[in-house]
Amino acid sequence: MSKLDSRIPAGPLKDKWKNHKDHMNLVAPNNRDKIDIIVVGTGLAGGSAAATLAEQGYNVKAFCYQDSPRRAHSIAAQGGINAAKNYQGDGDSTYRLFYDTIKGGDYRAREANVYRLAEVSANIIDQCVAQGVPFGRDYGGQLDNRSFGGVQVKRTFYAKGQTGQQLLLGAYSAMSRQIGKGRIKMYNRHEMMDLVIVDGKARGIIARNLVTGEVERHSAHAVVIASGGYGNVYFLSTNAMGSNVSAAWKIHKKGAYFANPCYVQIHPTCIPVHGTQQSKLTLMSESLRNSGRIWVPKKIEDSVAIREGKLRPENIKEEDRDYYLERRYPAFGNLVPRDVASRAAKERCDAGFGIENNDTKEGVYLDFSTEIMKKGKEAAIEKHIHNPTDQQIYDLGKQWVEEKYGNLFVMYEKITADDPYKTPMKIYPAVHYTMGGVWVDYNLQSTIPGCFVIGEANFSDHGANRLGASALMQGLADGYFVLPYTIADYLSADIRTGAIPTGTSSFDEAEKGIKDKIDFFLNNKGTHSVDHFHKKLGHIMWNKVGMGRTPEGLREAIKEIEEVRNDFWKNVKVPGEREGMNTELEKAFRVADFLELGQLMAIDALHRNESCGGHFREDHSTPDGEAERDDVNYKYVGAWEYQGNDINAEVLHKEELIYDNIEVKTRSYK
Amino acid sequence: MSAKKGLHLTLKIWRQKNNKSKGQFETYKISDVSTDSSFLEMLDILNENLINEGKEPIAFDHDCREGICGMCSLYINGRAHGPDTGITTCQLHMRMFKDGETIVIEPWRSAAFPVIKDLMVDRSAFDRVMAAGGFVSVNTSGNTLDANAIPVPKEDADRAMDAAACIGCGACVATCKNGSAMLFVGAKVSQFALLPQGRVEAKRRVLNMVKAMDEEGFGNCSNTGACEIECPKGISLENIARMNREYMAALVDQG
Ligand SMILES: Cc1cc2nc3c(=O)[nH]c(=O)nc-3n(C[C@H](O)[C@H](O)[C@H](O)COP(=O)(O)OP(=O)(O)OC[C@H]3O[C@@H](n4cnc5c(N)ncnc54)[C@H](O)[C@@H]3O)c2cc1C
Ligand code: SF4
Ligand code: FES
Repeated sequence: MSKLDSRIPAGPLKDKWKNHKDHMNLVAPNNRDKIDIIVVGTGLAGGSAAATLAEQGYNVKAFCYQDSPRRAHSIAAQGGINAAKNYQGDGDSTYRLFYDTIKGGDYRAREANVYRLAEVSANIIDQCVAQGVPFGRDYGGQLDNRSFGGVQVKRTFYAKGQTGQQLLLGAYSAMSRQIGKGRIKMYNRHEMMDLVIVDGKARGIIARNLVTGEVERHSAHAVVIASGGYGNVYFLSTNAMGSNVSAAWKIHKKGAYFANPCYVQIHPTCIPVHGTQQSKLTLMSESLRNSGRIWVPKKIEDSVAIREGKLRPENIKEEDRDYYLERRYPAFGNLVPRDVASRAAKERCDAGFGIENNDTKEGVYLDFSTEIMKKGKEAAIEKHIHNPTDQQIYDLGKQWVEEKYGNLFVMYEKITADDPYKTPMKIYPAVHYTMGGVWVDYNLQSTIPGCFVIGEANFSDHGANRLGASALMQGLADGYFVLPYTIADYLSADIRTGAIPTGTSSFDEAEKGIKDKIDFFLNNKGTHSVDHFHKKLGHIMWNKVGMGRTPEGLREAIKEIEEVRNDFWKNVKVPGEREGMNTELEKAFRVADFLELGQLMAIDALHRNESCGGHFREDHSTPDGEAERDDVNYKYVGAWEYQGNDINAEVLHKEELIYDNIEVKTRSYK
Repeated sequence: MSAKKGLHLTLKIWRQKNNKSKGQFETYKISDVSTDSSFLEMLDILNENLINEGKEPIAFDHDCREGICGMCSLYINGRAHGPDTGITTCQLHMRMFKDGETIVIEPWRSAAFPVIKDLMVDRSAFDRVMAAGGFVSVNTSGNTLDANAIPVPKEDADRAMDAAACIGCGACVATCKNGSAMLFVGAKVSQFALLPQGRVEAKRRVLNMVKAMDEEGFGNCSNTGACEIECPKGISLENIARMNREYMAALVDQG
């Protein structure tokens, strides 16, 4: 039967977390060094958790596949992190952040979790500032804020266009402090290959030392998975090349339910695909939407001429431009949530108005010319320049834009060889963030006792969609302020257990499973590289489990993915040896897991007969192309239970979502 | 994209099985590389070809491919991160090269960064320097002051941010004839020295980090400035000067 007990504490929403903390069991300080904790992943979630747990006195073993914790994918986040500080006095509050997040998540997130997130958000900023994170400041020395898509207050804190980097370096420095003290043992270039369960509890992992190739056993009283998202199932995405689902998928195969896999966020402002040799996509921060206006030509012949290189966007007159977001969503304009902006771009490109000369003719403009002139005029007034020339205005405006977004503009120019100050940027949606993940209860524990999942790897706080700047917030909230409390409640039963031996049969079996797979890969006389299969999978996923989904397409996808998977196990070719560094072997393990997950994503998307957030079912849309949710039948979290090799046989469990504190409404940004 | 022309290139690449074996250059040919591809995408294509020919692909480090994680490295035609300035190897695009060109690709070469395999090196010395003091000793409990209770002048915050932008790639070390890590360490020391939060333990920090840096086998700075030129994040030499000032002051203080 279903094991889905969300363990949401009783009582009023605003007191739940406090009450829960007051009543949880604790591990006394003198007992903490009797307890070992494994943390897989050192991004914002894992890094902050490892640092905090070590500081509390537990023995922490932390793992990451990169050569240093500082390189975790969190480093790439550009735009910012939300917190309900109301420093700008524009009416922000814990409740409003909670409300925006629930609404942004299309009412498919758990109320209690999201409220807790909003509640601790303010602490995150305090913590990071204390660590020396150089957030943007105003001239009075106070912290500055900006606004992000989907909200109407300024609550986003930022460190230039490198917010994720600075927050991660903050967590990494906190970790470094504990590593220096010997409280964290750091395993760089180690990959978790499997979870070890002893007597029904997570008690360790099998890891592979990527430098030596050795397969190792590591035991602990609890295992924390903080391995990030699975966007790379699409092959092309904004994720780092090594981002993978393996740790999360391995625990799924050992009994952890996987929730809402079909909820994928497609980010509206990425650089369009350039061609078949492309390996990954680059994001242009969403903060650019604060200053850029998105458009395509009004006349289809103009789009064709642009694609053919016969017309420049600068030469298209204002009245011949279709600012389609401002047209369709006057209240939010260019700042509508990501799913809305992405779909609107797809709609225009599907209709033939795309401006990029690539295979798919997909791309729209993000244009800064209006903002440059506006800011230029403001600056001229401030500088007391009377009757400034257009050139003067332009130069001043350009200066303003440069200061605000300079690094992003440089990055864009390096990639495309186009100067975005002169020519509007070309952008198109790309896979970015995964809202689905391992199902966890309020304590962030999966359905496997002792196995906790935090950050992007879990499903918990983002619903069917995610507003900008809230993933960083969730990662740090989980790691600094939630998990360290809730895990103590579980570990309080373990103070007399003693060290977990690694010589037992559970470890033997798990290790053998991995060694056999390594043998298989290296000895399989296949014909195609791992990437060959990954690209095939990605192609199916993007076309059929991407921005628009139909039941027919999904049924085809399920079958096709299964075929690719069968082909992979027959025909994959992995060169090299088991000893020493073997990057192809690493990829083979990861892609094997993506092939199973991809199928489950399609199954999940097929069963959910509604549109919500990033999950857009074309057969469930209004006549004007907006998403149509079905709250009567689908207001639940769909959590899948593994049943063995046949992914089609996975069993669905439902966690009903109950909204006691807000009214569930149709999400409208008109 | 069909219209763009493809490049035909000769690649001389350093191959080395592991840190115990000797390495050597191997020559490879590659054709039809789109000028829109990145340098690492070019290597992906080469690797795909090698695998199809039943050979072992070339090991190189990379992850974000956006110029921010600091994982990619490579000495290309005698320059750290290749011929363009202000970028990492993953941001280098093939339009910087000419059809028919020969490109020489080597790993970072520095005593403190041993080769792991082919083009991949071990930069964990940086982590150990960080563990020696690259932090503010504040508990992660969240029981800190309100963030705005520590006002920071905008100029200081901006300069701290500029120093903090270092991605720990190691190009500075690789490019320095002495193998000095001063730009990297100077950047971190400066970030904290410029912020009130970091001042409290500034002396301890600089002494410990410099000590760890020396122990790791990094060379000394002789002010040639090559590091600043090759740094993909524009970390300025000022940071080395600031570190030296901090260090001298801390020494004097120590007596
Ligand atoms: C380009 C980009 C920009 C973004 N901008 C923003 C933004 O402005 N605001 C915002 O809120 N969010 C943003 N996001 C989203 C946000 O960055 C991520 O959701 C978040 O950082 C995820 O953090 P994490 O700690 O859960 O995982 P990650 O940072 O992905 O860390 C995963 C960790 O797990 C390790 N790992 C994975 N698998 C294994 C394994 N099998 N064994 C061992 N270790 C493993 C990795 O080594 C890594 O340390 C952005 C994302 C991208 C891609
Ligand atoms: S100082 Fe520059 S070159 Fe050196 S590690 Fe930092 S970013 Fe790389
Ligand atoms: S791969 Fe991350 S900086 Fe180049």
